[in-house]
Amino acid sequence: MNRKTLAAAFPVTVPVLMGYLAIGMAFGLMLQSAGYGVGWALLMSLTIYAGSGQYLGVSLLATGAAPAQVAFLTLMINFRHLVYGLSMLEKFRGMGPRKLYMIFSLTDETYALLSSARPPAGVEPHDYYFAVAMLDHSYWILGSVLGSLLGSALGMDTTGVDFAMTALFLVIAVGQWKKAGSHLPALLGAGATLISLLLVGQEDMLLPALALIVVALTLLRPRLEGREAEPVREEESQCP
Amino acid sequence: MPLTPIQSLISIAIMAGVTFLTRALPFLLFDRGERPPKVVLYLGRVLPPAIIAMLIVYCVRGVTFASPAGWVPTLLAGAAAVLLHLWKGNDLLSIFGATGLYMVLVQGVFG
Repeated sequence: MNRKTLAAAFPVTVPVLMGYLAIGMAFGLMLQSAGYGVGWALLMSLTIYAGSGQYLGVSLLATGAAPAQVAFLTLMINFRHLVYGLSMLEKFRGMGPRKLYMIFSLTDETYALLSSARPPAGVEPHDYYFAVAMLDHSYWILGSVLGSLLGSALGMDTTGVDFAMTALFLVIAVGQWKKAGSHLPALLGAGATLISLLLVGQEDMLLPALALIVVALTLLRPRLEGREAEPVREEESQCP
Repeated sequence: MPLTPIQSLISIAIMAGVTFLTRALPFLLFDRGERPPKVVLYLGRVLPPAIIAMLIVYCVRGVTFASPAGWVPTLLAGAAAVLLHLWKGNDLLSIFGATGLYMVLVQGVFG
């Protein structure tokens, strides 16, 4: 990757820089307050690289969730990536070994940038995509490391910082609600989870809730199919 | 930290592996031009809002109604997140505004 490619890619990634630094820092702070220091923040942001997934990850680590639960919940929260990949099949074709990294780093924001951004003349498109992906990833790592260091250095009272996760999900939900053809999936998700909370309790509520949601949505398919004509792909949260 | 470092590492490895898998699956299955099954596309569209709603309920599962401190901060900060977002539509403002308010409420007002 040469300087010209980086110089062309950097300006389009600036909004992501702001977003990832902020959301990454909140992640680092949250992880710190759960008892995991800067090394853990670096490791998670380097290898997982998923905003809402890592926020959930903090809570899975903090509650000592079992491996099966970790796997299933990570799968569910990242299910939307399926839609992203489908629309990147063409773009990533012929990228060789770099394609693996492109797939790994396909977050909400990188997806959004790659869908819309056109490389300027004289810049090889595949180099450009790669540069955008690497820049975004580096912002995310930087943000989470800074947040973690800040949390330990200031010794500040971080009680309540975990509300950032609730706020993030609320923000995503507001965005989805505005765009949705039908509000039934969202209402069903909340209803099923409440039922599960009341019947099963706090500890093991998520898996029954998920099962209920998937079964109900599958049964409702004849009713919902068609009303959701627009694919819900632009969640546009400021997090990967 | 209820987990040992080794258990934590295993959990993180699972998160990383599964996250990569969800990103790689379309490329593994459909890179040669086959069309994805309709039910997969359907679930890909309707699951995200349901999952996010589920996670919101999960986040507020610890709310109690014995005293105002158990539920007022969550209600106020949650409302702040939604209203800020409807008003300005800026992710960062909504998230940090609501989190800041929550921290002030639980540390100061109800602390």
